[in-house]
Amino acid sequence: MQTIPINTYTSPTVILELIYRLKIKDVMSRNPYTASPESSMRDIQKLMREKSITGVPVVEGKRILGIVSMDDIIQALDKGYIEEPASAHMSRNLIVLEDDMPVSFAITYLDRHRYRRFPILNKNKELVGVITSRDITTKLLMEINKEIDTMEKSQAAAQPPEAQLEGKRVYRIRKHDFEKAGVASMEIKKRLKAHKIPSPVIRRAAIAAYELEMNLVVHSNGGEIISHFFNDRVEVTAKDQGPGIPNIEDAMTEGFTTANPWVRSLGFGAGMGLPNAKRVSDDFSITSQPVNGTEVKSTIWYYPTPQEVL
Amino acid sequence: MTLQYLIETLGYKPLYKPQGDIEIKDAYTSDLLSDVMGKAPEESVLITVQGHRNTVAVASLAGIRAIVLCSRRGAPDEMLDAAAQEQIAVLSTPDNQFTASWKIARGLELV
Repeated sequence: MQTIPINTYTSPTVILELIYRLKIKDVMSRNPYTASPESSMRDIQKLMREKSITGVPVVEGKRILGIVSMDDIIQALDKGYIEEPASAHMSRNLIVLEDDMPVSFAITYLDRHRYRRFPILNKNKELVGVITSRDITTKLLMEINKEIDTMEKSQAAAQPPEAQLEGKRVYRIRKHDFEKAGVASMEIKKRLKAHKIPSPVIRRAAIAAYELEMNLVVHSNGGEIISHFFNDRVEVTAKDQGPGIPNIEDAMTEGFTTANPWVRSLGFGAGMGLPNAKRVSDDFSITSQPVNGTEVKSTIWYYPTPQEVL
Repeated sequence: MTLQYLIETLGYKPLYKPQGDIEIKDAYTSDLLSDVMGKAPEESVLITVQGHRNTVAVASLAGIRAIVLCSRRGAPDEMLDAAAQEQIAVLSTPDNQFTASWKIARGLELV
């Protein structure tokens, strides 16, 4: 079994950025060789030999019905049904991936399952490619070369540790990085806790931060969470580089969502993020422009404000 | 109700269990993590089918103490690693969310 020696959540940041930024469609082999359900296992064996490939999707039009792998061919030769049609002997138990998922998904799937390739479908469920670990390693090596080159040219300044409550931290958030989503909110929570802020206040800050963080992961092209701690309040700001919110009123309506189906399958994208964040905030503001992106700011006071006491 | 009640009385299988017993004061049933984030009470058990890392992140931020994965859903290793880090119990059951909810409601003496 092949595995890709990249851990999808503890690898260095540069690698993580790459595997979340790159989509499956950037990496997969396009226009794969296919066979019809009527073609014999023998035909497919011939195709494999001629094209030096080890797996052939069986399709009807653009719809995938199954896949015939080298193992299936060996079985067919062994058991004497090599002349029979693919439809009778192909593997129908398919795991398919979608072309706009991040490459990290493909790595996880290749490592977790015994399959050596996954068919890739577009939004319309049409077969558009096939991904193997070789596709991924080749593309990653190319991209890593580029990244190292860039890194050598610019050295990132380290962020200071936070022994005191007051201070500012910036977290870069990558598009579709679900595995690391929550890191900024967790750290905000821990910092407030370490300084004995009342727990209902911490909970509100954590909720606001998490919702803003998730919004960046789900909807933005990437951005930043900035936590700014004062002696009486914390301000959490989410800034992104687009694409901007066309109608803020819609976005603030509970249940309104533009999240795609696989985001929703993880339990996110229910249209509650911004309303939740606003509800737990003492002050809340949102501005969005189509090109420059969106900025959301949530302020949470540690102790009741004078008006609340009265 | 304690975590031990879920394990011993209801027979829920612990996939990760923090040291010592845990007091659970309330429960929330939902598969929408944003909904959980916004509405789940603190010191509660979350009844859900969402078995992945993000469930633990949401639970931790919302102050949830245990996660019950319904309908035999398993938990990937990275979820259990996160649960250990955040000290949140993860249990698995063949019960669906409705059944788990009424059983737990009885344990909490809400019915």
